[in-house]
Amino acid sequence: MDERFILKVEDLTVSFDGFKAVDHLSFYVEPNECRVIIGPNGAGKTTVLDLICGRTKATEGSVVFKGKELLAMREDQIVHAGVGRKFQTPSVYEDLTVFENLELSYPKGHGVFGALAFKRDETVRARIKEIAQTIFLDGQLDEKAAFLSHGQKQWLEIGMLLIQDPELLMLDEPVAGMSVAERKKIAELLNRIIQDRSVIVIEHDMGFVADIATRVTVLHQGKTLSEGTMDRVQNDPKVVEVYLGH
Amino acid sequence: MFADYSMSELGAIFAMQGFAGLILFSVFVLMALGLAIIFGQMGVINMAHGEFMILGAYVTYLTSNLFGDYMPALFGTYFFVAMFLAFLASGALGLFVEWALIRHLYKRPLDTLLATWGLSLILQQIYRSVFGAREVGVTIPDWMMGSLPLTDLIEVPINGIFVMVLAVSISIAVYVMMFRSTWGKQVRAINQNRVMAGAVGINTEWTDRLTFGIGCGVAGVAGSAFTMIGSTGPTAGQLYIVDTFLVVVFGGAGSLLGTIASAFSISQAQSIMEFFLSGSMAKVLTLLVVVGILMIRPQGLFSLKLRK
Amino acid sequence: MQSSAFMSRKEIIGFVILAALIFVIFPAVLDNFRLNLFGKYLTYAFVAVGLALCWGAGGILSLGQGVFFGLGGYCMAMFLKLEASTPENTAIQSTPGIPDFMDWNQLTELPWWWEPFYSLPIALIAVVAVPVMFAFIIGVAMFTRRVGGVYFAIITQAFAAIMTILIIGQQGYTGGVNGITDLRTLLGWDIRTDEAKTVLYFVNGVLLFAVLLVAQYVRKSKLGRLLIAMRDQEDRVRFSGYNVANFKIFIFCLGAAFAGIGGAMFTLQVGFMSPTLVGIVPSIEMVIFCAVGGRLSILGAVYGALLVNWAKTSLSESFPELWLLGLGGLFIAVVMVFPNGLAGVWSEKIEPRLLEIMGKKKSVAPAPDGAPAE
Repeated sequence: MDERFILKVEDLTVSFDGFKAVDHLSFYVEPNECRVIIGPNGAGKTTVLDLICGRTKATEGSVVFKGKELLAMREDQIVHAGVGRKFQTPSVYEDLTVFENLELSYPKGHGVFGALAFKRDETVRARIKEIAQTIFLDGQLDEKAAFLSHGQKQWLEIGMLLIQDPELLMLDEPVAGMSVAERKKIAELLNRIIQDRSVIVIEHDMGFVADIATRVTVLHQGKTLSEGTMDRVQNDPKVVEVYLGH
Repeated sequence: MFADYSMSELGAIFAMQGFAGLILFSVFVLMALGLAIIFGQMGVINMAHGEFMILGAYVTYLTSNLFGDYMPALFGTYFFVAMFLAFLASGALGLFVEWALIRHLYKRPLDTLLATWGLSLILQQIYRSVFGAREVGVTIPDWMMGSLPLTDLIEVPINGIFVMVLAVSISIAVYVMMFRSTWGKQVRAINQNRVMAGAVGINTEWTDRLTFGIGCGVAGVAGSAFTMIGSTGPTAGQLYIVDTFLVVVFGGAGSLLGTIASAFSISQAQSIMEFFLSGSMAKVLTLLVVVGILMIRPQGLFSLKLRK
Repeated sequence: MQSSAFMSRKEIIGFVILAALIFVIFPAVLDNFRLNLFGKYLTYAFVAVGLALCWGAGGILSLGQGVFFGLGGYCMAMFLKLEASTPENTAIQSTPGIPDFMDWNQLTELPWWWEPFYSLPIALIAVVAVPVMFAFIIGVAMFTRRVGGVYFAIITQAFAAIMTILIIGQQGYTGGVNGITDLRTLLGWDIRTDEAKTVLYFVNGVLLFAVLLVAQYVRKSKLGRLLIAMRDQEDRVRFSGYNVANFKIFIFCLGAAFAGIGGAMFTLQVGFMSPTLVGIVPSIEMVIFCAVGGRLSILGAVYGALLVNWAKTSLSESFPELWLLGLGGLFIAVVMVFPNGLAGVWSEKIEPRLLEIMGKKKSVAPAPDGAPAE
C-alpha cells in the first residue's frame, strides 16, 4: 500500500476564520502520474498546492510524501524532500539574468556558507545550458528576466523547477496567458518530463488537460467532487452540473 | 516598600497611579488614532505624524493668544475654536503632503518612511524659526484649572479628565467616520482591493488624499488636546513617534479597537511599573515586552487570519 | 560572458580611486584637524556599507544601526576608560581605580561585566561579537517569524530608542547622557596626540577597505544574488529550497559587525562614546548616508557618508538653521528625485558622457558588463 503512492493527502483541512477553503480532502498520487486538479474558482485548488508545499499551514489532516510528513516541515525542507512548486503568476527574479535565475535554483550551496563558497564550475554551467535549451531560452542567458515576455517568464520558472529535479512537480496554471503554439510546446515538455517524476497540475484549459492528464481530480468547495480518467470525469453528471456545464 | 504606607494611603496611591495611567492612555489614543487611519488603512508610514500634532498644538497656542488679546470675554471657549482650527490646519497640510509626496510613493513603503522623516526635520526647523526653540505653553481657561477631590486622599485634575473625555469623543467620531460614513466604506474598500474599488467607481486618488488629510487632521486635534496637559516645543513630536507606532502595530494595523486596547495595556503597564521602578526602566521594560510580544505575534493583537 | 570574477575592471578602478582619495589625497590636502574629522566621517561609512548590503541588496531596512555602532564603540570605550582609571589617576575619588562617572554615582565597585574589558584582546573581540550577538538575537526573533519591511524598520527603531533610554537611565554603569569620556591611552600610547590621530586615520582606512572587500566578496557570491532575489521574490527563493531567514540573519549580523568596527574606530579617533550616537536620530541619518551614495553601491556608501557629514559640518558651522532643512530636503530628494543616489547619477549621467568623450579617441566603446553601478 505505502509503496504504491508517492504522495498521500488525507483529511486535509484548512479554515480561515471559520471558512473551510479545503475541507477534509483526501487524494493519492502514484509515481510517474500526472494528476490534474480542476474546479471552479474558489474551489480551493491553489490552496491545496499551498498546503502541500508549506506556504499555508493546515488546520488538520496529513500530507505524506515518500513516507515523510510534510505538514511538520518548513518550505525549504519540503523542497529538499523533492517537491517543486510553480506559482500562478510567473515569479522569477526580474533583476537577475536568466542564467542567474537558473543558477539560484541549482540544487547546491543552499546554506548560508554554502552560498558564500559556491563556485560556478563547468558542471553547473553545462547543466544550466542544458535546461536553458529545454525551455528555449539558451539564446537569452545574459538577458535580465525583466525583459522576457510573459510566456518566456513562465518557461523560465518551469526551467527553475526542472533544474531542481524534483520528484513531485506542482504547476499552478502553467499555460495561462500563453499562445496556442506555446501550449502545445508545454504539453510536449510535460509529457517528456513526466517520465521520471510525478506532477500535479492546476489547469482550466480542458484541451490542455486532455493532452497531459493521467487522472483528474475535480474540486468543489474544498472537497473532491469526482476523480478518475478524463473521460470518466467529463461524463460525471455532478461535474457537468457545477463546472463543465457552462 | 509598602510598609511605610497605610492601607488607605496605598489604595489612594494605586488609584492616582491608575489615573495617571488613564491620562497616558488618553494621550496614546489621541496620538494613535490618526496613525491608525493612515497606517492601518493606507499602509503608509508617516514619520512626520508627531509634527502634524505639534502643528495642532501651535495653532492652539496662537488661538489662545488671539483670544487673550482681542476677545478676553470669550476666553473660556477658545479651546473649542482652536481644536477646530487645528484640525483644519493639520488636515490641509496633510492634503498638500499627500499630493506632493506620498502619492508618488504608495508602492515603496520604506521610501515613504524616509521621505516623511525628511519632512519631519523640515517642519521641526520651521517651528523653531517661527516659534523659537523654547517650549511654549497656553493659558488654560479657568474652568479647566484645579482638581476634583474624589475622597480625602484622591484628587483628580480637571484638565486630565478633559483630555480623557476628548480621547473618548474623538475615538467615537473616528469610529463613526470609518464604519458609518460613505468615505469610511470607500477607504475600507480600497484597502481590500484597490483595483476593484476603482473599477466600481470610487475615486481612489481623492479618497487616499482625503484619508491622509483626515488622519493628519486628527493628529492636529490630538496636538491641540496636549496643550492642556503640557507645553509644546519644536521637537516634541519626535519624542512620541516610536511609542505611537508601537501602539498601532501592537494593536494590529487596521483594527481601531485593537489600537485602543493596545494603548490601554501599554499605558497601564508603563504607569504601574513606573511606581516600582525608575521612569526610564519602566519605559525600557514596557517597550521590550511590546517588542517581545510583537515577535511572537507579528500581526498584532487584533487581526484576522486571512487567505493569502 | 557570465563573469563571476571578483571585480570587474570598472570596479577595480572604483576601488583604486577611493584608495587614492583616502590614503593619498586626503592626508596630503587636509590639516590634522580636518583629517581627524574625515576619519570620523569614515567611521560612519562602515555602517553605510553594511546598510548597502542589508537594505540595498537585501531590502531589509534597519533603523537601529546606531545600536550596533554604539555597542562597538562602547566596548572600545570601556577598555580605554579602564586603562585611564588607574588608582593613581583617580586618587581623588572616594573609590579610586573605578571610572570617574561610577564614583560620581556612588558606585564603590566595578560591575562584574566591566571586568573582562581590562583585556584588550577581549575588548577587540567584543567590538565585533557584542553587536553581532545582539543582531543575531533580534534577527532570529524577527526573521524566523517573518517580520519584514516596515515592521522590521519600526521595531529596530524601537530598539534604538530602548538602548538610548537604557544607557541614559543607567548612568552609574554607562556614563549616562555624557557617555564615556576622557579617554587617554591605548596600552600606554597616547591617542590624543596629532601623530596618534594620523596613525588611527590610516588604521581606520585600512579596516574600511577590509570591510569593503568582504562586502564585495559577499555581493559577488551567490549569496549576493540571493539577497536581490529575496528582495524581489521572497517566496520563490523559499520554494527553491533556501531557508530565507538564515540568509537575512547572516546579512543583518554582517552589517552589525561592520557597524561595531566603525563604532570602535569612532571611539579611538574622537575620544569618547555617547548615547547621542546610538539613538533614533543618528540611526536614521546613517540610512541617509547609504541612500545618498546609492543604496546598492558599497563604494557609493563611503562617498555618501563623507559627503553628507562634510556638508553637515560646513553648514552647521555657518548656518545651523539651514542644516536641518537641508538634511530634510536630502531625505526627500534621495527618495523622490534620485533614488539611485550618487552611484545612479554617475552611471546614468556622468559615465555615458565620459565614455562618449573617450569613445571618440578609442573608437571601440567598452561593452557594458551589466554589473550594478559603482
